[in-house]
Amino acid sequence: MEVIISSKPLVAMLCALIGAILVSLSGRNPNIRESWSVAAAVCMFAVIGSMIPEVMAGNVYKYQLFDMLPGLSLTFRADAFSMIFAIVASFLWILAAFYSMGYMRGLEEHAQTRFNTCFALSLFGAIGVAFADNLFTLYLFYEIVSICTYPLVAHHQDEEGYSGARKYIVYLTTTAKGLLLPAMILIYVLTGSLDFADNIHTGIFPAGVNGVVVTILYICCLLGFAKNGIMPVHNWLPGAMVAPTPVSALLHAVAVVKVGVFSTTRVMLYVFGTDQMSALNLGVPTAYFVSFTIITASIIALTKDNLKARLAYSTVSQLSYIILGVALLTPNGIGGGLVHIANHAFSKITLFFCAGAIYVATRKKTISQMAGLGRTMPFTFTAFGIASLSMIGAPPVAGFVTKWKLLVGAMEMPAHSIGILLVLLASTLLNVGYFAPVTYRAFFSKPPEGEAYEGIKEAPLSMVIPLMIAAIISVIIGIYPDFMMTFVNLVTK
Amino acid sequence: MDFLILHDGWLPILSILMILPLAGAFLLFFIPKEKFQKYWALGVTIVTAAVSLPLYFLFDQTTYKYQFGEHHSWIPALNVNYTLGIDGISLLLVLMTTLLMPLCVLCSWRYITTKVREFMFCILVIEASMLGVFMALDFVFFYIVWEATLIPMFFLIGVWGGERKLYASIKFFLYTLAGSVMMLVAIIALYFNTDPHTFSIPLLMGQGHSSIFQNWVFVAFFLAFAIKVPMFPFHTWLPAAHVQAPTAGSVILASVLLKMGTYGFLRFCLPITPLATVTFTPFILWLSVAGILYGGFTALAQNDMKKLIAYSSVGHMGFVTLGIFVFNPIGMEGAVLQMINHGITTGALFLCVGMIYERTHTRELDQNAGLGVYMPVYVTFLAFFSLSSLAFPGTNSFIGEFMILAGAFTKSKLVACCAIPGAILAAAYMLRMLQKLIWGGTDNPTHTGLTDLNTREIVTLAPLLILVFWIGLAPKPFVNVMHVSVAHLLEQVNGMQTGVAPIANFMMP
Repeated sequence: MEVIISSKPLVAMLCALIGAILVSLSGRNPNIRESWSVAAAVCMFAVIGSMIPEVMAGNVYKYQLFDMLPGLSLTFRADAFSMIFAIVASFLWILAAFYSMGYMRGLEEHAQTRFNTCFALSLFGAIGVAFADNLFTLYLFYEIVSICTYPLVAHHQDEEGYSGARKYIVYLTTTAKGLLLPAMILIYVLTGSLDFADNIHTGIFPAGVNGVVVTILYICCLLGFAKNGIMPVHNWLPGAMVAPTPVSALLHAVAVVKVGVFSTTRVMLYVFGTDQMSALNLGVPTAYFVSFTIITASIIALTKDNLKARLAYSTVSQLSYIILGVALLTPNGIGGGLVHIANHAFSKITLFFCAGAIYVATRKKTISQMAGLGRTMPFTFTAFGIASLSMIGAPPVAGFVTKWKLLVGAMEMPAHSIGILLVLLASTLLNVGYFAPVTYRAFFSKPPEGEAYEGIKEAPLSMVIPLMIAAIISVIIGIYPDFMMTFVNLVTK
Repeated sequence: MDFLILHDGWLPILSILMILPLAGAFLLFFIPKEKFQKYWALGVTIVTAAVSLPLYFLFDQTTYKYQFGEHHSWIPALNVNYTLGIDGISLLLVLMTTLLMPLCVLCSWRYITTKVREFMFCILVIEASMLGVFMALDFVFFYIVWEATLIPMFFLIGVWGGERKLYASIKFFLYTLAGSVMMLVAIIALYFNTDPHTFSIPLLMGQGHSSIFQNWVFVAFFLAFAIKVPMFPFHTWLPAAHVQAPTAGSVILASVLLKMGTYGFLRFCLPITPLATVTFTPFILWLSVAGILYGGFTALAQNDMKKLIAYSSVGHMGFVTLGIFVFNPIGMEGAVLQMINHGITTGALFLCVGMIYERTHTRELDQNAGLGVYMPVYVTFLAFFSLSSLAFPGTNSFIGEFMILAGAFTKSKLVACCAIPGAILAAAYMLRMLQKLIWGGTDNPTHTGLTDLNTREIVTLAPLLILVFWIGLAPKPFVNVMHVSVAHLLEQVNGMQTGVAPIANFMMP
């Protein structure tokens, strides 16, 4: 492994920051404003793409921006682990930029400049989290994401929007300030540094640190990154679904929630390390703890008729797969968890894109109103079907890779294999239970009484094309998982 | 005089720093028009700030001794001297004071419409006396300037204040005077118990007085400084004074006058009465935690923006006293840094409140709700300062709180954990204020006709914003100057500690 000192990670983030500033300055002319969004997204993806060859070769980019106190600095790193998240987030931003253009204009939403500015700022924060080299940098950008997404959640500025946004910010800041901040400071006091380790095994705690303290710190980190949607700190997510659908799509399928699980897994692997976690026996309890979330959220999803709410609970459940995989502490388990960051992102954004497209075309929000709509909007519902298969974990779509790796990872465990396998089996069946009926009824049920879907056609192309692309990629990375697996294998090596 | 490095330049820079605003104040009476008086006051404060800047660059970071020293005999019969000098702890406070004063003049430009000459006179006199407090190394002179800050502040609140200005100003005056009297008694007791009798502050340090005597002196000092800070439960004068004071008065009060209390702990309590300090430490730590929590909860309930920020000051200053009394380098350096941070951030927040009050003539959150659309520049500034106040990472307060809490965790995990809810509360009341001002709810009052910030107001806020991020991202230039002085101070306290167990050990698991 070679360390390359380069400002590329910082440049990638600055693309989003400068993009946000340019967007906010060009509010008068919507076309120019939106082209800044797209340009920033493309630039960011290009810069991140340019780092792929070196990272694939096993090298790491590092860049220190500010040296603040001994052991406390603002430093960025691009390693295989960060690339998994960075590539996905930056690529999906391009799709989302086009999609949100169609959505926001299609609905003639207000305050589109503010919306686009905050959108870009949130990506700035998300990529900052991906490229953080220490706990402080991670915490800084984690908080930036919290603050910058508030205006997006409260976008409609009605009672529902405000109360959803209030819940959102209360959950996220309380957990970050109340659990993460003390954990971070205590780690600093114990180790004299907040820098992540270079591999996933050793962690940063010196020998002889009290195991009870480390366990408490671990719990603080697990629950402190509340964006990961673990129960009981998941409730902000369904509440935040009052936001416009592009926000739900990008931020609550990709950026925000993935910031949560990325941070959680980053800290689990690079602060605590697999050795320490095995020694303190933290893996299995974590696995069972998140299993509760997986099952419970799926059961709640079954009861939801509102499409976005069902997707929200599906997200809560799916995010815990990622943590579950890492908590198995076996190479295949960790691999399955990490690759799900990408797999879930592509599939879930497809689903949200579809929900938004349906809303723009028909103003319908609930699943029961969508019976028979598939014949009127074939592309949207086909994409929805493909992405559902991915969520369920059926081959050849992306989710299958995750399930396969997770199952192998569970089998590799010295004990408790059966328990984890049962959880995976039960959750897969539940996934079928809440996703299959949506597509099935759209194509094969009769429309509700007195509903002929007259005058309804597919949403604008700027929405349908991104959602089709996202669906197709879900299939491609299911058939050719090697690209993402290269990074994952570098991490678990 | 081995504690003092005399200034060898041809100009006594510290005296000049005090004389400049003082002379400027008296020359105000020869300036005819109000407009020119404002410009004159602005010029004087800017020149003072400019003169003070070289202090940072000439300051020797490798010694704990007092630098730029001046020493003249004043009343030889009583061994009273005029001694000035600054070390790593007071340097930043001096610089912060001189930097803030031009901003105080600027923010009063339109706010003060009556008796402009007298107002500017008060501002300049208070600047001179505050600088004196941070530079004095002799108790007599210290006491004089300490008391001298009260009188201009009394007039600032009493003459240019709000509806209940008399009540507030008298309450402020009585509270702080009561504390000062206690301090005077302590000073005289110290004088007569030292041989030879001396008022020299550095000479009084490490005298090895009996622990009973130290306890009494400490209690007297503590009351004086705790009222000034203000520590819970001595804080009740603060919200009243803040709410009634004009903007400049609030800024001076929050940014500088409160720091005189914590500065007093560092300069007098710790080195002069180290045994007593250790004895009383558990009480003070828990009082700090109580202040942090009480300030936070009370701020959360306020609808008046000035009251909100005033109570948040109680919480923030609780963090400062917490950092001072954990007795380790990181906590104490964090405390000194947090004193500066609080000066910058809370000063800026009071400036922001003043700007909105000039426009809407109310400080009620509900009546100022939903300003974001009309005043985008204003709310951007306000957002950054509020984030700084809630210790958002990347801003100045985060570094301060981080260091203080790191020190607290080193000292006692229980105390640190009890202070953590204060950080959550800070986020809660600041974000609540920010949310109301920028967004409001669904039924905001109409604000059509409101103008955004003008150039003068942006110039007032911009330097503070730069400092927020400078300290937040590159704190080393600010922390490094105090390393040696803080280390020496800790040596003075810890050197005396051997064999003394704090009373109430049970309070500090």
